[in-house]
Amino acid sequence: MISRAQPLKDHWREQRLFLSRVISAAVIVVALTALLIWRLVHLQVVDYQRFSDMSQGNQIQIQSLAPTRGLIFDRAGIILADNVPTWQLVVVPEQIENLEQVLGELENEGLLDPADRDVLIDLVRSHRRFEPVTLANLSETQAAHFAVRRHHFSGVNVQEGLIRNYPFGAAAAHALGYVGSISANDLEQIDRANYAGTFQIGKTGVERAYEEQLHGRSGFRQQVVNAQGRIISDWSNSRGAGLEERLPEPGNHVHLGLDIKLQLAAQGALDGLRGAAVAIDPRTGDVLTLVSTPSFDPNRFAAGLSGAEFTELSTDNNLPLFNRALAGRYPPGSIVKPFYGLAGLHYETEHVAEDHFCAGDFSLPGNSRVYREGRRVLPHGETTLHSAIVRSCNVYFYGLAVELGIDRMEEFMKSFGFGARTGIDIAGENTGLMPSRQWKSDNFSTREQRSWYPGETVSTGIGQGFTEVTPLQLAHATATLAARGLRRRPRLLVATEDGQTGDTNALALDVLEPMSDVDPEHWQIIHDALYGVTTEPRGTGFSSMGDAFYSVAGKTGTAQVVGVAQDEEYDEELIDEQFRDNGLFVAYAPIENPQIAIAVIVENNGGGGRTAAPVARKVLDAYFGTEPYVAQLVAF
Amino acid sequence: MSLSSLHFDQARKPWPRAFRPFSIAVDFPLLITIFLVVGLGMVVLYSAAGESNSAMLRQGVRFGAGLVAFFTLAQIPPRYLRIWSPWIFLGVLGLLLMVMLVGVGEGSQRWLDLGFVSIQPSEFMKLAVPMMIAWFLHERSLPPTFGQLFVLMLVVALPALLIARQPDLGTALLVVAAGALTILLAGISLRLIAGLTIAALIASPIVWLFMLDYQRARVMMFLDPWEDAQGSGYNIIQSQIAIGSGGTFGKGWLNGTQAHLEYLPERSTDFIFAVMAEEFGLVGLVTLLVLYLILIGRGLYIAAEAQDTFTRLLAGSISLTFFFYVFVNAGMVSGLLPVVGVPLPLVSAGGTSMVMLMAGFGILAGISRHRNLLAP
Repeated sequence: MISRAQPLKDHWREQRLFLSRVISAAVIVVALTALLIWRLVHLQVVDYQRFSDMSQGNQIQIQSLAPTRGLIFDRAGIILADNVPTWQLVVVPEQIENLEQVLGELENEGLLDPADRDVLIDLVRSHRRFEPVTLANLSETQAAHFAVRRHHFSGVNVQEGLIRNYPFGAAAAHALGYVGSISANDLEQIDRANYAGTFQIGKTGVERAYEEQLHGRSGFRQQVVNAQGRIISDWSNSRGAGLEERLPEPGNHVHLGLDIKLQLAAQGALDGLRGAAVAIDPRTGDVLTLVSTPSFDPNRFAAGLSGAEFTELSTDNNLPLFNRALAGRYPPGSIVKPFYGLAGLHYETEHVAEDHFCAGDFSLPGNSRVYREGRRVLPHGETTLHSAIVRSCNVYFYGLAVELGIDRMEEFMKSFGFGARTGIDIAGENTGLMPSRQWKSDNFSTREQRSWYPGETVSTGIGQGFTEVTPLQLAHATATLAARGLRRRPRLLVATEDGQTGDTNALALDVLEPMSDVDPEHWQIIHDALYGVTTEPRGTGFSSMGDAFYSVAGKTGTAQVVGVAQDEEYDEELIDEQFRDNGLFVAYAPIENPQIAIAVIVENNGGGGRTAAPVARKVLDAYFGTEPYVAQLVAF
Repeated sequence: MSLSSLHFDQARKPWPRAFRPFSIAVDFPLLITIFLVVGLGMVVLYSAAGESNSAMLRQGVRFGAGLVAFFTLAQIPPRYLRIWSPWIFLGVLGLLLMVMLVGVGEGSQRWLDLGFVSIQPSEFMKLAVPMMIAWFLHERSLPPTFGQLFVLMLVVALPALLIARQPDLGTALLVVAAGALTILLAGISLRLIAGLTIAALIASPIVWLFMLDYQRARVMMFLDPWEDAQGSGYNIIQSQIAIGSGGTFGKGWLNGTQAHLEYLPERSTDFIFAVMAEEFGLVGLVTLLVLYLILIGRGLYIAAEAQDTFTRLLAGSISLTFFFYVFVNAGMVSGLLPVVGVPLPLVSAGGTSMVMLMAGFGILAGISRHRNLLAP
């Protein structure tokens, strides 16, 4: 071939030059490939663990599995609190772009209450970004409504869950308490890891006191999620990704000493009244009944109370959320008489050794103030300790109080537990008040006010003046009286039952220091007098207890209300009513071997024999088996 | 008929007889290695596309089209290619100008809609530029003079700028690489290479000024992908996680979590290397790279054996450009290089890339087959 090339082409030289270039190129190719492999070794061998972890972190999402909350049983094994299926509206904070907007849209769909928005925002913010937060419990219709609109709400889901259910509703609300959404405040006090899947926590009552027992241990499940966060459910099956799972351990069941039939009887008897009833088994301290009316439906709390509903409940003049049984402070009135009578016997006072004549009034020597019997009460004439208790003679106890003196009265009453918390196993108890010289000097400002006056001893002697007791304290003291000085700390919980194995663990009795120095004869004298109250025609409890088919001892009390009974204020329109007397009644039965001691208080509705004793009668009837409570059980 | 007489016969009447079954020019080492790479690639693609048979089928069809291009070009004696080279170059350049005027594409204007099919002229430039350079240098004495180099730079720069304007920086880069590799093979002095490298380094800030925002973002992301791990750095980080978590032996075919759970972007195309890394580990990647090296080695051998300047330069350029694709893609996916849209040759799903690469190998096969007949 002929070449047209300008200078002569030196093919040999060109070939050599090209060959050297090709060889250099090959060397560079190999070198760069080596660089690439070096890089790959670095990624795949040296840093393998780090990238492997990151890959795992990418795809594995941990779903918390909430444990099933333990059940609450009454003493007969009737379920007082269980769990029923519900639909929870759940949001994952990190999957939401604009929380306020999403909440607003959910409100427009009628799934959330606009009044709760701030609370929910706080709640969501207090969770970690990847923790699902339950916004509300939905009804079945709401859940279905959301399901068809789900595609509008990325990051929001409905998940099936369990919600707390109280079959007896308001009847046991103040004893059981309720569960509610875990608040930002609660979060600070719990082990967050163990509550990762839980959305409700015990707020009051047994639910709160035994939260640790009831809650159980949370489990988890690892899930494979894709880049969009969608769970790939069939991944572990087909790929054997070795996903870990730990099943939640259900909470323990708790068995209460509460007897729901008594609870229902008390609730029914107090219906429409403001008051409280507490019944205790004197032999064990088991609380058989703990009722405070008006009450509320704890199911509403469990379902998620809206802000408006909560406001309505908490501003109700009748204070349905206030646990009168534990925290209501009431002047005990004549209820104190058997206790002071016992004190009189115990301290061997001359007053109880002598007979007295009640002319209807009493004055301290050298003082013009006249202390009288109660309104519309005729003078009692000849009185002994027995008849003074049976007929509730104030004049007799004015005299006894003067002889006992405030110091001995205080000492004796405190040994019954007055003026201090009983130490019951649920929270919210008030101390009440047992006045003393010390208390007065500590709590008043001026010198005059700080001294104890003899006149104050006189009013204390009939349970007026400064003395204030809680219904629980009254029941506890009555139980001590019934058990002749044996004291048991009141308790709701009697046994726990392991949620998995079913093993039950009965709690030992919490035995308090007995009043062993009181002479058995003295107990008997008081017992006889209290039996007289219900059996002697002139006894103040005869009208409501006289025809009982079981033997029952009791004492009425009627306390004048000075000011208001509790710290809270009533509305002005109720002022007339609030000055009506509080009625009180304590009782125990049967008298030979007391199994139940009860205290009832009815606010502002008149004397205890007329208002409180019938309530106690219904509870006692239920206890001894005539009340047709079964019909009521069926109603639920 | 002896082998030599067949050759002689073909040399006299090459074209009409080229399609005779016994005379089809096939470079078996090349073809077998290509089948291995494509086969391995389709296995990976099946997984990368989400266990999709249709994705594999489409890739098979593309490979079929590529084989047609391969066999066709393998039969063409290189001297015809050489004669056509300037016309091919000018034709493709014309198409590029048309793209600028009436092209289509989302975001960037890369395609020409011919009604029945859309073509991407910039892809043709990957072969047209080296052919043009090889043609230009064929008649001239090597190494090229400065004046000749200037002309060659124009041959590279003109199409590269047109492509960069579309904008399609990745393809422009590949065109420049193809041209530059051809020139380097032509034997410009090492001193000049060093000088150009320094000039490029000095020019890089100026290039920075002319870069578009997304191009700058890519460079920044390359320098520190973790700066914005959920944003612009996401792809490169997920890619490195995929590679790293594959370890030595990989997670197993179809078990790549990064790929199957969609953490990895562009799994079937630009980032398929990471899918392979995740499922087949270092062992799989080294196997693939070795196959690539065999292809490149074979190509360089063909170049070294070629007997005129045009075929030498063209064969060398095709081989080295192929390596350049491999290195840029693997380097990008493994974080050695910034992200540029370069597919993994013969493996990534994509028709144009497959056909152009197979055409290039067809030219190589043709050069290999016809070398004895083209003695100068």
